[in-house]
Amino acid sequence: MISSKNLVVIGNGMVGHKFLENLVEAGLTGTWNVITFCEEPRHAYDRVYLSSFFNGKSAADLTLLSRPDFYHESGITVHLGDKAVAIDREARTVTSAKGVHIPYDQLVLATGSYPFVPPIKGNDAKGCFVYRTIEDLEAMQAWAKGCKTGVVVGGGLLGLECASALRHMGLEASVVQAASRLMNMQIDDGGGAVLRDKIESLGVKVLLAKDTVEIVKGTEGQVERMRFADRAELQTDMIVFSAGIRPRDELPRSAGLVMGERGGVVIDDQCRTSDPAIYAIGEVALHRNRIYGLVAPGYHMAKVALDAIAGTPAERAMTFTGFDMSTKLKLMGVDVGSFGDAFGATPGSHVVSYTDSQHQVYKKLVLSPDRKALLGGILIGDASAYGALHQFMLNKVALPPAPEDLILPVREGGKPVGMGPEHLPDAATICSCHNVTKGVICAAIADSKLVDVPGIKACTKAGTGCGSCVSLCKDILKSELKKAGITVSNHLCEHFPHSRQELASLVRLHQLRSFDALIARHGSGRGCEICKPTVASIMASTWNEHILERAHAPLQDTNDRFLANIQRDGTYSVVPRVAGGELTPDQLIALGVVAKKYNLYSKITGGQRVDLFGARVEQLPAIWGELIAAGFESGHAYGKALRTVKSCVGSTWCRYGVQDSVGLAIQVENRYKGLRSPHKLKSAVSGCARECAEAQSKDFGIIATENGYNLYVCGNGGMKPQHALLFAADLTPARLLQILDRFLMFYIRTADRLERTASWFNKLEGGLDYLKAVILDDSLGICAALEAEMEHVVATYQDEWKTAISQPDKLKQFRAFVNSDLPDPSIVMVAERGQPRPAFWDEKREHMAALLGS
Amino acid sequence: MPADHPPARENPMNTDGASATSTATALAEGVWTPVCALADIVPDTGVCALIGGRQIAIVRVGQGDTLYAISNYDPFSRAMVLARGIVGDRGGIPKITSPIYKQGFDLRSGQCLDEPSIVIPVYAVRLQAGMVEVLAGG
Ligand SMILES: Cc1cc2nc3c(=O)[nH]c(=O)nc-3n(C[C@H](O)[C@H](O)[C@H](O)COP(=O)(O)OP(=O)(O)OC[C@H]3O[C@@H](n4cnc5c(N)ncnc54)[C@H](O)[C@@H]3O)c2cc1C
Ligand code: SF4
Ligand code: SF4
Ligand code: FES
Repeated sequence: MISSKNLVVIGNGMVGHKFLENLVEAGLTGTWNVITFCEEPRHAYDRVYLSSFFNGKSAADLTLLSRPDFYHESGITVHLGDKAVAIDREARTVTSAKGVHIPYDQLVLATGSYPFVPPIKGNDAKGCFVYRTIEDLEAMQAWAKGCKTGVVVGGGLLGLECASALRHMGLEASVVQAASRLMNMQIDDGGGAVLRDKIESLGVKVLLAKDTVEIVKGTEGQVERMRFADRAELQTDMIVFSAGIRPRDELPRSAGLVMGERGGVVIDDQCRTSDPAIYAIGEVALHRNRIYGLVAPGYHMAKVALDAIAGTPAERAMTFTGFDMSTKLKLMGVDVGSFGDAFGATPGSHVVSYTDSQHQVYKKLVLSPDRKALLGGILIGDASAYGALHQFMLNKVALPPAPEDLILPVREGGKPVGMGPEHLPDAATICSCHNVTKGVICAAIADSKLVDVPGIKACTKAGTGCGSCVSLCKDILKSELKKAGITVSNHLCEHFPHSRQELASLVRLHQLRSFDALIARHGSGRGCEICKPTVASIMASTWNEHILERAHAPLQDTNDRFLANIQRDGTYSVVPRVAGGELTPDQLIALGVVAKKYNLYSKITGGQRVDLFGARVEQLPAIWGELIAAGFESGHAYGKALRTVKSCVGSTWCRYGVQDSVGLAIQVENRYKGLRSPHKLKSAVSGCARECAEAQSKDFGIIATENGYNLYVCGNGGMKPQHALLFAADLTPARLLQILDRFLMFYIRTADRLERTASWFNKLEGGLDYLKAVILDDSLGICAALEAEMEHVVATYQDEWKTAISQPDKLKQFRAFVNSDLPDPSIVMVAERGQPRPAFWDEKREHMAALLGS
Repeated sequence: MPADHPPARENPMNTDGASATSTATALAEGVWTPVCALADIVPDTGVCALIGGRQIAIVRVGQGDTLYAISNYDPFSRAMVLARGIVGDRGGIPKITSPIYKQGFDLRSGQCLDEPSIVIPVYAVRLQAGMVEVLAGG
């Protein structure tokens, strides 16, 4: 249908396309004869995900068109690869570079912006690029083939994204920033420091407060090095400018429309320019002296302009009155969030902040003067709370009495502060890209029986724009499912449709002795870091073969795999067994000799033994050779297994002691040493009711009485302390061991992976009475089997280290390099308090850079 | 500075991780360095090779001769440990899991499976007369 009125849109970028999409959706193609000029050689594509081009996405993958012939089908004329070059406002015509000359009734400018290239001498050298279009990226990619290093000028959002792209292309990347911190528009100094540290640890060099004054060209006019105001220089093979954007406003400027002082065509709340027949939307538009360099406000402008052009009645028409510029993104894997009044500019506002330099987390909240409302904040390193906090701010939700709890890590035994999505009103806008409220999402979950985020995306469009609301959508989903009483599956992982308990019984029932046999019959795929160690543990507590047998070794977590505890630098610590905490002077000396010889950091553990740190993987066998010669055996500190049975000195020395607590502790520890379980097991024996060994904080604790021993079970220290409960009183040692055999095996059979006895007990239906019935009264008739299973484990005990060093195939695994006997050069020790400790990143930054760069 | 990231696309392993012998293609530059015998790598585990100062984890998936080579540097813990991770798959993607904080890495591309923006280097690896050889840039 040919209409009489022409609607011309200049620019087919993200916002121009959105405008036309809305127009088609609103059924306005009959009213208007729609023509658009598209300077680029292709229709609109997703600039936000431009960088994914370097991860193998093609231009076609990035297209925004829902169908390839969307424009044709909708009857919209697109002048592809043709740039509008003049607007005649008198005659109301647009002329293009290719000579198209057409009249317009309404004109929409959606010409976006261009990257600003600082006026530095030499900025036209070959190898200088900007980062805006697919063509820019293609050019970068072609040039980068011959390069080793690349520099990004500008440490803002885009600059960092660009640096990451350089890394992906295999270049050594640096970011040169004129300001004194990264992302100076969004985050403060504290956040900037943490972000810098993170970015550097990912291999991008960051140079701050560096003013580039010249780009020195080589003989062929290519980039050779950069010169800074402080006279420093930097060699580089290519440079990408990412120093901000400038509106592409040459057309409206020469057409005489009202412009901003520093560019941009001025629009009102209807997105109308100073000429009522011309609208401007997206990054070319200046609204109340502000350019919006993000896609969401541009999309909003697209709707507003359409309402105005379509003549939507004022009471229903949308207006543009500014836009929340909060952002959350992942830069090179680092969470960065900034929202509202991030810098605390509001008079009288309060700031609470939290910095954890070790984990590189920085969080800050800006509170209203009365501390009741959230005005803004910054989150670096962990922005998981972004969605909720941002919503708290937008919806002015009243804060809890101690707002700092919103950003502090959850403390021991504490509950996370109530800030779940259930606190948000239904009217809260969750997805600002597509203007989807919580109410709409909840309704979709209920009506369409959604169970995952892709479902929400498909039904509501939420989360399909910039993606920043996805985690909030997930939280809403979780809380809605929970409300509806929909349970989440207990399957171990994607490889087994069974719980740990089911797998343990399948292993027993079918006498399966290897992971491969189990996954072949009852699972699928190759396994993973969840099911492999779980099955290894089940195999060990059922059949008790050496964990480094060929069939089992690949299943083990690194600690079990190398029979030692891995530390943050990849070295290991060694903990020989010291049953009951009783150690002879000769043993003490032997430990000292070994520690000294191998330069190991020595420390007493909480479990009454000695921990020797800093052993390199290839040193472990030699260290153990000497320890075994001195009479030690593995302490299983590396395993999810029985750790220690602590004791007080008891009646042997103590004037209050009523039983030999040390003797019993040694007996108990030696019986269960090496026993693999769903999680670690700790125990203690106290010689009297004064409880000096703290037995009531253990998985099983024993306290001596005049008449024997009291047994306490399912206690816990650690993250969530819980007192053990009295299970049986005045036991003889023999009865005590019998009960323990049953109790431990029952726990091993039925607990989930990585579930300590305390949490296992808390979930046990029937509680203490049920547990007593099963173990003491044999209500399930399984006690004989439980005892037999334990008897098998006890009878087949072997010192894992002794076996390992006597068998060449196992020994062979303990080496840093398969093709060299050199030690791992990345391990660097420094001295502290007279002992070695691994260097922190800051102390070995240069060294690591050299290693990674070689 | 760390330049330890040659482009992931250089990996000549085809996407379904077929046997190394059939998929290895020599690249323009670099040399094939023999590292160890296939039998030196326990099935479903990795070993680390030191090649020209670079630490490269060589991972054997399954009982056969499917091999991958990936940087040994774990960018999350900043330790040289990936060869000591657990080998497995996620949704069919062969992966190794960092032994420190447990992030998974696609063995074919070096793509971190838990942090989309992290990609670590991968290298070409092949089996030549029972010997495992790695192509590490010239
Ligand atoms: C790498 C990168 C990452 C980004 N990441 C994010 C992000 O995570 N979140 C976010 O919100 N935003 C992001 N942005 C910004 C976002 O892409 C822009 O806000 C958005 O594209 C603006 O849309 P626009 O239509 O105004 O401009 P554009 O998308 O630039 O479109 C303008 C189009 O008009 C054309 N044009 C100009 N003049 C003429 C003329 N005279 N005749 C014909 N055509 C003309 C241009 O060639 C261009 O194709 C990112 C941008 C880049 C480059
Ligand atoms: S628990 Fe009793 S026996 Fe043991 S040290 Fe304390 S007071 Fe002495
Ligand atoms: S409490 Fe435990 S996990 Fe935490 S630092 Fe100390 S040893 Fe490590
Ligand atoms: S807010 Fe951008 S996708 Fe939802």
